Amino acid sequence: MSINRGLTEEQVLLRDTVRKFAEANIKPYAFELDEKEEFSYKISQEMADMGFFSCFIPEEYGGSGLDYVSYIIVVEELARVDGSQAATIAALNSLGVGPLYYYGNSEQKKKYLPKISQGALWGFGLTEPEAGSDAGNTQTIAVKDGNDWVLNGSKIFITNASADITLGSTVLAVTGTKPDGHKELTCFLVENGTPGFTAKKMEKKLMWRASNTSELYFEDCRVPEENILGKRGDGFKQMLGTLDKGRLSIAAMGLGNAQGAFELAMNYAKQRKTFGVPISRHQVISFKLADIEIGLELARTYLYDVCRMTNRGENIIKEGAIAKLYCSELAHTASDHCVQIHGGYGLMKEYGAERFYRDQKLLEIGEGTSEVQRIVIARSIGCFD
Amino acid sequence: MNILVCVSRVPDTTTRILVGPDGKTADKTGVKFVLNPFDEFALEEGLRLREKNGGSVTAVTVAGEVAKDILRTSLAMGADKVAIIKTENEFDSYFTAQNLAEFASNRAFDIILLGKQSIDYDSLQIPAYLGELLGIPSIGVVSKLQIEGNNVSAERDIEGGKEIVSAQLPCIISAQKGLNEPRYPKLPDIMKAKSKPIEEVAAIDCQPRTTILEMSIPSKKRAGVILDGSDGSLDKLVTLLHEEAKVI
Repeated sequence: MSINRGLTEEQVLLRDTVRKFAEANIKPYAFELDEKEEFSYKISQEMADMGFFSCFIPEEYGGSGLDYVSYIIVVEELARVDGSQAATIAALNSLGVGPLYYYGNSEQKKKYLPKISQGALWGFGLTEPEAGSDAGNTQTIAVKDGNDWVLNGSKIFITNASADITLGSTVLAVTGTKPDGHKELTCFLVENGTPGFTAKKMEKKLMWRASNTSELYFEDCRVPEENILGKRGDGFKQMLGTLDKGRLSIAAMGLGNAQGAFELAMNYAKQRKTFGVPISRHQVISFKLADIEIGLELARTYLYDVCRMTNRGENIIKEGAIAKLYCSELAHTASDHCVQIHGGYGLMKEYGAERFYRDQKLLEIGEGTSEVQRIVIARSIGCFD
Repeated sequence: MNILVCVSRVPDTTTRILVGPDGKTADKTGVKFVLNPFDEFALEEGLRLREKNGGSVTAVTVAGEVAKDILRTSLAMGADKVAIIKTENEFDSYFTAQNLAEFASNRAFDIILLGKQSIDYDSLQIPAYLGELLGIPSIGVVSKLQIEGNNVSAERDIEGGKEIVSAQLPCIISAQKGLNEPRYPKLPDIMKAKSKPIEEVAAIDCQPRTTILEMSIPSKKRAGVILDGSDGSLDKLVTLLHEEAKVI
């Protein structure tokens, strides 16, 4: 099977296991959860029990100890069935667990990571109403007062930050001005329930409707000095490093979405007949399916290769951006073809095609828009030198 | 409780099987193989018995080197030890049973669990063979199992109903669907399975009792023709039987 080409025995077993889990424990409920815009605590706990909440961190922190290819297969297989549950896992691992594990000190890791792996969530507060692609324009400010820092400001579109099982969020704030005139940015670990901190669920989303998305508000919110992640002033670097790796999980969501949409379209095209033959035999339809297959082969091969680079500790700034962009655009094309192939039924919710179509759209916007990815790629090939 | 689970490696149910060029074996190229689904029920039951009574679960297979993947699956699900009785030749159920019996005979297992059948060759012979070769009770097609001390009570699916059978340990139980809901291996256990040892045992030489002469794929069914039953269609029927079906 080309889907498993080049994978190790345990990676194949892992894919089979996650696929079975997703088919049995997520698929039957995905439609209704999406419809009701409901975050499922039951499925979340089942995913935590499987080891999805801390995929790539070592066992000493309660993690599953996966390599990066294996982690990305988990996200891919979840997205093949449901964007919402895949989003919970991708955001938690890449944006919640990632910064804590890579930049946290040992007390911080011991305090939060084991709890997260057992079934708690952690958010990543970067985007603000006025600072998305332009993250340097962060307005949330932290002022030192004795041993505390006092935070004021707000964050928006933060995944996993306001569920009942959310432990807290990593929050980027301005802590001063650097000698070169740029803002000094620092990350703070802010626990839910801290006075002055409010996390509010955002509703009426187009996509990922069964995942938790939040607005965060800080009003004279005091956090102790020891809640700084890493060192003061390292915030921007930490955010960029987190996003570099995070792009791979968005790419995995694109690949999984495209795979799911492809299978749905293929099944339908072989069943549905027009002019006496299955529509998959009509050239216009078969070429669409062939085009998606080309994209899936290329995307999967490239994404796994970039994951192997990550395993070896290599720099993936350009490659991560390419993978994210390519897989997101593949999901766009594949889910669009899927709806088109379904014709009128593609527009009806119960056929599932429209959910792939809605869920993919975030991928071209979240964790760096496609436009930003092109800037990253252009910069890395020397266009702006 | 010392528990043995016999497992086999079979083509995934969704895989399309073709016959190899020799006309006697399945063409394995591009075929995805998995742990036999009925053996998953057996393994799950073994793990539950261990969780309740303590002890250890050993999974064993009679197969070639490639079958190590299903032993890793067994480890990931929770087996304590795994072993492969190695042979690279084609073999029959008798050969498998002889080898399993040889493996089990000096290891003092309290119970031997296995699927009621392997979904590849569907011979359904191993549980009965094993009981005979080891001289212990063998209860087949079990969908509910209770063990108190040495007393075994097993519910069997029979045509149109259920049958409850009792026996004493040690015994052999072959698992039917419904016995339990097999667990998913957890991610950390999948990763750890690769570093656990697989015991290798050379297969004992024993003459197979059957030989496969030919293997073939059922021919595709052709669409039927419905005649309207009028007198005129009688002639057509005769023509079709003579020229198309060539039976008269």
